[in-house]
Amino acid sequence: MRTTDRLLAGACALLLAMQAQAADGQKLFTQGGANPAAMACVTCHGANGEGMAAGGFPRLAGLSAGYLNKQLEDFRSGARANPIMQPIAAALGDDEMQALSAFLAAKPAPAAAQANRADAAEGVGARLALRGAWERNIPECVSCHGPGGSGVGDAFPALGGQSAAYLSAQLNAWRQGTRKNDPNDLMGHVARSLTDAEVTAVAEYFASLGQ
Amino acid sequence: MKLFPFAVLALAVCGPVAAAEIKMDDQSQLNPKATGKPAFEPPQESDLPDNAYGKLVQEGRAIFVNTQKYAGEYVGNGMNCTNCHLDQGRKADSAPLWGAYPMYPAYRKKNDKVNSYAERVQGCFQFSMNGKPPAADSHVINALSAYSYWLSTGAPTGQELPGRAYPEVPQPKGGYDIAKGREVYAAQCAVCHGDDGQGQKAAEGYVFPPLWGRDSFNWGAGMHRINTAAAFIKENMPLGKGRTLSDEEAWNVAAYMNSHERPQDPRLIDGSIAKTRDKYHANDGVNLYGVEVNGVLLGQGIK
Ligand code: HEC
Ligand code: HEC
Ligand code: HEC
Ligand code: HEC
Repeated sequence: MRTTDRLLAGACALLLAMQAQAADGQKLFTQGGANPAAMACVTCHGANGEGMAAGGFPRLAGLSAGYLNKQLEDFRSGARANPIMQPIAAALGDDEMQALSAFLAAKPAPAAAQANRADAAEGVGARLALRGAWERNIPECVSCHGPGGSGVGDAFPALGGQSAAYLSAQLNAWRQGTRKNDPNDLMGHVARSLTDAEVTAVAEYFASLGQ
Repeated sequence: MKLFPFAVLALAVCGPVAAAEIKMDDQSQLNPKATGKPAFEPPQESDLPDNAYGKLVQEGRAIFVNTQKYAGEYVGNGMNCTNCHLDQGRKADSAPLWGAYPMYPAYRKKNDKVNSYAERVQGCFQFSMNGKPPAADSHVINALSAYSYWLSTGAPTGQELPGRAYPEVPQPKGGYDIAKGREVYAAQCAVCHGDDGQGQKAAEGYVFPPLWGRDSFNWGAGMHRINTAAAFIKENMPLGKGRTLSDEEAWNVAAYMNSHERPQDPRLIDGSIAKTRDKYHANDGVNLYGVEVNGVLLGQGIK
């Protein structure tokens, strides 16, 4: 090969690599990862990452990249157990996880009502969300998850705009010990202090804010 | 008519001067003596009558939990009252309003003065909220007083109830250790309050309040005392997991927090940190105002 050819080939390879890098998130989301076990996310999480309530598939659009990436790592390590997501996450490379997280974080989050502690709270769900149950050391959910459960930083995910089925499944996962990936058990002890009726009510409350 | 511009000028000049007046210059620590388990239960929100009284109480509650929005003109930092008085000022051992209201007007032997409840709340605006005191007959003070009065329903007056203030935490035998406090901070607090104590915001403002820096309480606030902060932290932090830190961890992390710069004490005398320390800080619990830490003099404030 002559030097110019070699240079050209090199430049092309670089360009291709760059394109692949740039397209990664979108492509991975719609077509799946290099390893076929990393199934296309779009099948379950919806065309725009909006989730599918009926299947219990969460919305991913607009969640923070740090949170998404941590969840994928936690599925891979088993700190968060789930028969569907664990094999998918295990088949993703670190770079693929990062590209997917960045791609999804950049998508618009659904608008959710910004209910806060100053607002009236009627019913079991609203009271837990906006008043807490301090006699059991349960702070107001919005004091960690932000007004209307809109999410705060990389550690506290949005709850608004998720389905009641998904939210209650997660609360129950903590209660049953299949999800234990939260920092310092900050969420786990809250979930374990809730009753069945409270789980249902508070899940319905946050789901209703996104509608 | 000719006087009109003068009146405006006078207002413009007097405004800031009046605002700088210190409403309750004695901010030294409370010294609650009641012992025993807190038993008092404040009334339920659902018991509030649907009339003008119920409405005023609710307005007070709203100011207390979202001071930024409902009394923003009197606030000079990023805080809300409830940040330090948890569960909307209801939680025992978290300086609840029902533990406070029936104890005023309060006599202080130290300066032979009597402080009204309004003055106490005005003090919180000037120090903890680093702002300006609302007038004693303002809507803000009326609403906060009504809220406190309602929370105290059924409490005896002038008789201290267990659960007032923050329960004192004995200082560790070997003193406190700022370096160890930094480790506690990184492991237990930074996830919420940020790597540099700056807090974390969502759309509307701070969700996790700042622990030091421009948007935090000032050097005159009760929380600047390491002993008071240790007591608050031990009882209430990490959020929802109060009473999980050891006494030593609480003191160390409180000392780490209060070894950072924050807004100046509004009682600053002649621009002198030394004079201000002598008058207000030297005999007020354990604090680092005017003390040199790692070669840096604390108490300089934030411009
Ligand atoms: C076959 C359906 C399915 C496919 C395909 C799928 N997921 Fe999931 N995903 C789920 C389910 C179910 C959950 C909820 C798991 C649980 O209950 O813990 C979930 C949860 C998640 C979560 C956690 C969200 C949160 O709010 O904590 C992330 C992140 C995620 N999936 C990312 C992906 C990515 C990226 C892909 C593509 C590589 C993908 N998923 C493909 C079904 C699927
Ligand atoms: C002390 C802080 C704190 C409080 C209070 C809190 N949470 Fe959480 N919550 C967290 C953290 C941290 C996580 C994320 C854990 C992780 O990294 O996976 C979380 C995650 C969740 C999730 C999973 C979301 C997802 O996308 O998978 C749900 C559901 C949830 N919280 C509901 C609630 C409800 C309901 C309340 C009020 C009853 C509440 N939380 C109060 C800290 C808190
Ligand atoms: C930075 C934390 C902080 C903030 C913010 C704060 N306070 Fe306080 N407050 C304290 C501390 C500390 C004390 C004194 C406790 C002690 O000395 O033991 C106190 C004392 C009080 C007391 C007297 C308690 C008693 O038992 O006598 C009242 C009333 C009060 N605060 C009301 C308010 C109001 C109203 C606001 C909002 C305008 C507010 N506080 C904001 C920390 C705070
Ligand atoms: C799960 C999140 C979380 C963790 C972890 C946490 N805090 Fe807080 N902290 C809060 C919230 C939220 C408030 C305000 C409480 C409210 O408004 O109800 C607060 C209030 C405070 C305050 C009084 C307000 C202020 O800004 O000065 C101090 C002091 C404080 N925390 C110190 C700490 C220390 C020290 C630690 C670690 C030992 C810690 N916190 C851990 C969430 C947290």
